[in-house]
Amino acid sequence: MQNEWLYIGLFLVIGVIVPIVPLIASHFLAPHKPNPVKQSTYECGIETVGESWVQFKSQYYIFALVFLVFDVETVFLFPWALAMGNLPLFAVVEGIIFILILLAGLTFTWRKGLLEWA
Amino acid sequence: MTFWNDPINLIAGWLRDVFMGWGMTAGLANVITSLIGIIVMILFAMLIAIALVWVERKVVARFQDRLGPNRIGPFGIFQPFADIVKLIIKEDITPAGADKVVFNMAPVISLASVILIWAIVPLASKIYGVDINVGVLYLVAVGSFGTLSVIMAGWASNNKYALIGAFRMVATMISYEIPMVVALMIPTIIAGTMSVKGITEAQSNLWFVILSPLGLLLFMISAIAELGRSPFDLNEAESEIVAGFHIEYSGMKFGLFYAGELLHAFTFGGFMAVLFFGGYGGFFGLEKLSAFTWLSNPFIELVVFLVKALIGYWIIMWVKYSMPRIRIDHMLTFNWKFLTPLAFVLLMMTALFDKLLAPTQFYVVGMFLSNVVLAWIVIEILRRYSKRERVEHEKNAEPVIQVAHH
Amino acid sequence: MTPDQIIFLLCAALIVSSALMVVTTRNLVHAALWLVAALFGVAILYGLLQAGFLALVQVVVYIGAIAILFIFAVMLTRREKRDKGPQINQNWMISALLAFLTFGGLTYILSSWDGFSKTANALPTGVDTLMVLGKALVSPDAYVLPFEVASILLLAALVGAVFIASSSKE
Repeated sequence: MQNEWLYIGLFLVIGVIVPIVPLIASHFLAPHKPNPVKQSTYECGIETVGESWVQFKSQYYIFALVFLVFDVETVFLFPWALAMGNLPLFAVVEGIIFILILLAGLTFTWRKGLLEWA
Repeated sequence: MTFWNDPINLIAGWLRDVFMGWGMTAGLANVITSLIGIIVMILFAMLIAIALVWVERKVVARFQDRLGPNRIGPFGIFQPFADIVKLIIKEDITPAGADKVVFNMAPVISLASVILIWAIVPLASKIYGVDINVGVLYLVAVGSFGTLSVIMAGWASNNKYALIGAFRMVATMISYEIPMVVALMIPTIIAGTMSVKGITEAQSNLWFVILSPLGLLLFMISAIAELGRSPFDLNEAESEIVAGFHIEYSGMKFGLFYAGELLHAFTFGGFMAVLFFGGYGGFFGLEKLSAFTWLSNPFIELVVFLVKALIGYWIIMWVKYSMPRIRIDHMLTFNWKFLTPLAFVLLMMTALFDKLLAPTQFYVVGMFLSNVVLAWIVIEILRRYSKRERVEHEKNAEPVIQVAHH
Repeated sequence: MTPDQIIFLLCAALIVSSALMVVTTRNLVHAALWLVAALFGVAILYGLLQAGFLALVQVVVYIGAIAILFIFAVMLTRREKRDKGPQINQNWMISALLAFLTFGGLTYILSSWDGFSKTANALPTGVDTLMVLGKALVSPDAYVLPFEVASILLLAALVGAVFIASSSKE
């Protein structure tokens, strides 16, 4: 194919259809007798206490934020890693400077205690 | 090109001729041939997933010194089919208050994201879906869809346990994506290309595990964490939150999650083989000898790839059934305070040494020794740190009450 | 109509309708998921243009990090699951006028553009665009300075996040 991404698009379409087939089979073959007890929320056999939307620990958000910064950084590093073979040593040093700046950021985050607990 | 040497292209060409003989344009014939190829590839992946159900249960049984399924068929081989039938005919209970659309989409997206990886898995030098030039990043991208499906499942279940499990699982998956991406960059640097087929071809003389054993270790640890398998399986900590984010899923939907997880583990085993152990090739230049040219036959390469992938999968299972679970805060601090700095230092070192040593003949030895030295330095640092912690801990400990001997 | 055009139109319809659902749905997490659909549509557009690297970066960064961040943020604010306030505020007439004027201006500009009838230039074959990108990022006479400044920008973002997070912890 001229455009290999078209192939991947087709793969995506079929890859979404394939899991749906057993679900449809199950819809026709399985019994369907809902009643309130079966549909109640599971909490080890007892009634649920309180709303089922727990307070989320804010530390998760901080980890997601740090992850975002490093994700963007690795995206920048991919073309560098690819082209490094054809470039002089100076290019490698530039990439190393890039990584060192962000490692300094990670150390700063660590020292400020933001990576404690999750 | 005979059938023996180039099966896929031969069949595709024949199919295209048949379709054009029926009067279709070249473009449409191409699309339909590709469609048939895609369906075959996906069916192959699903067959592997079904076989893996049996492999997993037998192996876990042997690890736990018992027999495993042995009733249905010889050695219990037909157990997965019994499982599939059971899951299909089980009632599908949607809990009250669950968000129906998101609840139903999550298992489909989870399995679809794993199936998508099989578009680029190089089964042999002539048997693969498509060879895109950014194969390595593609692996990370479909992982993001897996993350999304976890959080969709956890939120839509309207269940405290599911939500807690989903948060922990997503936090783990995104945190360990950084060391995994860096570990994927190391074969990219050494091979000079991001396509998985290119990386496999670059290993035809020497496996990358010899050039960068720490890279393999890094990839293995982060892959196990991405999969959500033990020792990182806090999302389904049976004793704590009973199956985590897929607690409310019954019947085939749970089956889709389960099959997706097994296939994902096998695919990561396959990628371990492709990135570090030479994939379908890697015969150390043996296939160039006239006595061994049969080694570059596509079918032999397919068998070699499957064997290596199964070994990788076995290692992942071995880790799962031998190690206890790690607590969530230990998991995340292990990643951000140890693995990520180690990964970046390893990346810088690999880049530097690859550039400096490439023209000389010390390349292999130099890269291997640099990894060994780095590992030794890291172990020394850890040893000093843990000794310091232990001394401090012992200073603060209560003295043991001496019991008088009579 | 070539298949490329059909796919483009479907994709554009997906993006526009997802974006509309983001701003009109009352359920916050649903809004985040519609945003994911819109971002995925953009990734499909990149794939259509054969910019494979950009398509994957779009998925990895936008869907894998930013959308997850949005969903975390929605769940962090302990609000009601469904937003119960009014969906239109009292300035709706002025904003409708501005939107209409913008639409008219854009239509006028686009009507005199000849891109609708021309076909695009064929992409240069035999050029490994990713290698060119990689070389350009670190060549002294190309983009090395923005490359390093980008790392400083990321550092600044990290420092900002640290300060916001530590001040909220105290």
